[in-house]
Amino acid sequence: MTRAHGERLSDIAARTRAWACYDCGKCSATCPVTRIGGALSPRRTVLSTNLLHADVAVYGAEIASCLTCGACDRRCPVQVDFTGLVRALREVSHEEDAQPECPHGGALQSLMRMMARGTLQQQRLDWLGPDLHTDPAHGAVFLWTGCTVYYDAFFPEYGMRTLDVTRAAVRLLNALGQVPVVSPDEVCCGHDLLWNGDRASFEALARRNAALIQESGAEVVVAPCAECARTLRLDYGPFLGSSPRIQHLSEYLAERLSDLPLVRETTRRVTFQDPCRLGRHLGVVDAPRSLLAAVPGLELVEMAHAGLNATCCAGGTWSACDRYAKKLQVERLKEAKATGAEILVTACPKCQIHFRCAQKDPNLGQDIAIEMQDVAQVLADAL
Amino acid sequence: MSAPEGWNPRIVVFACNWCSYAGADTAGVSRIQHQPHFRMIRVMCSGRIQPGFVLRAFEKGADGVLVSGCHIGDCHYLFGNERAVEQFEKTRAVTRILGLEDERLRLEWISAAEGARFAQVIDQFTERVRALGPSPLAREAR
Repeated sequence: MTRAHGERLSDIAARTRAWACYDCGKCSATCPVTRIGGALSPRRTVLSTNLLHADVAVYGAEIASCLTCGACDRRCPVQVDFTGLVRALREVSHEEDAQPECPHGGALQSLMRMMARGTLQQQRLDWLGPDLHTDPAHGAVFLWTGCTVYYDAFFPEYGMRTLDVTRAAVRLLNALGQVPVVSPDEVCCGHDLLWNGDRASFEALARRNAALIQESGAEVVVAPCAECARTLRLDYGPFLGSSPRIQHLSEYLAERLSDLPLVRETTRRVTFQDPCRLGRHLGVVDAPRSLLAAVPGLELVEMAHAGLNATCCAGGTWSACDRYAKKLQVERLKEAKATGAEILVTACPKCQIHFRCAQKDPNLGQDIAIEMQDVAQVLADAL
Repeated sequence: MSAPEGWNPRIVVFACNWCSYAGADTAGVSRIQHQPHFRMIRVMCSGRIQPGFVLRAFEKGADGVLVSGCHIGDCHYLFGNERAVEQFEKTRAVTRILGLEDERLRLEWISAAEGARFAQVIDQFTERVRALGPSPLAREAR
C-alpha cells in the first residue's frame, strides 16, 4: 500500500463514518448478496477500509458485487454510510483503471460517456406522438425521461417497453393540465457512471443537464425513474443548487391525487416492488401506494418484504450481474407470485429490465412469470 | 463538419478469423492496393462482435466502424453471423438515437477468397467516412 492510498482510505473512512464501526456485523447479516452466497461482506469491507487494506477495499471483487441497495445502511446502529463507502472505493478503483468487467460488454457505459461529450445531437424523441402534449424547452414542469429510449432499443429480446412508462407519465401530466418540458437535449443523469466510480463523466453529464433544467424555467423536475430522481435530488446539488424541486413522478402525483380523474374501474390485484433508490435512498414508500389505492377497484397485496425492507432488483447500476443477482431476482419474483397478484408494479424502469431478464430462463417459466407494469402505466390506464 | 486538410479517417475493422480476416490476407498476398487508414481487430466469429465493442471504438474516437464476417450460410460456426446481424441491428438502433451518422457503421460479408472485394469495401467505406469528416466524438477524444 502506498502512502497516497492510506491517506485516501482514511479520508473515505472518515467521510462515510466507517471509523464508527464496532464490528457488530448487522450489515453482513442484512446484505442480500451475502445471504445468497456472494463474496460480498459489508462488514469486512468496512474493516478493511479502516485498516487501510487497499488490496481488499479497492481491488477486491467484493465492491463490484454490492448492489448499493442500502439495506445494510438502514440497520447499522452507528450510521455507517456503506453505500457511500462503496461508491468512494469504486472511484479510487476507477481512477486506477482497476475496474471489473461491466455487464453487456460495457455498451451502456460507453453510451453514457458518449453522451457526456456533448458533441452529438441525439434523436431521442421519436416516441412522442400527436396525443402527447409536451414542450421542447420551456415550462413549469420538466419531465425527466431518462434513458428509456435507449433501453427499449438495446433490449429488444426482452420485449422491453420502458418508453410506455414515459408515455404514461406525459399522459398523466397532461391530465393534470400540464404541458411538460421533454427536451431533445437531455442526457443520461449519470447515476450509473457515478456508482461505477466514473465521477468525471458523471460531472460532465450533470453540468449539461443542470444548464438544461435551469434554462427551462421549470419549478419542478419530475422523474418516473427512481434512479434519476435519486441522482437529481441527492447528487445534483453542486450543479443545480436548491431549485427547482426534484420529485419522483409518484410523489408529484400523490400531491395532486384529487385533481387526477381516475375513473376507469379495474378488478386487478397487484403487488408493489419498492425500487431501492425510491424507498431506501429517498425514503419514499407511501406515495406510490397512495396512487395505487386511488385506482378504483385495484387491490394491492404486499410482498413479504415491502417498503423499506424490500429486496432490490439486483442490477441497479450496470456494475455487476452474476448468478447471485439472478438468484435474488428469481427469489423476488417468486415472492411476488406468492401474493397471488396478477401484476408486479414497480416505479423504476431498471427493476423491470432486470426482472424481465431473469424471466427469460426457460427452466423456471411459469414459476416466475408475472406481468409487470410501472405505477405510471397503472395510473394512466385508469384515466 | 468539413475535414481539415491532410486528415485521414481512423477506421476500426472487426473481422472474423475464418472469412473476412482471411479475405484481407488474400488482398495482401495478391498485392491489391487499398486505403490504409484502418486498424483491424480479429475475432473468432462475427457473432462475437457485441454492441459494446463497436460503441467503445466510437467512444475512443473511431470515425467509422466496419463489422465483417462470413457470408450468410458460410459461417464456420453455422449461425454466428446471424447473431452478428442481431447485434449489429441493436448497435445501429442505439447509435441512431445517440446521433451518430448511419454511414459511420457498416456490416459487410467478405469470404476468404474475396481479396478484391475486401479492398473494394475498404476503399468505399474509407471514402464514405472521409466525406463525413471526423466523428463528432473524435473531436474531443483526440
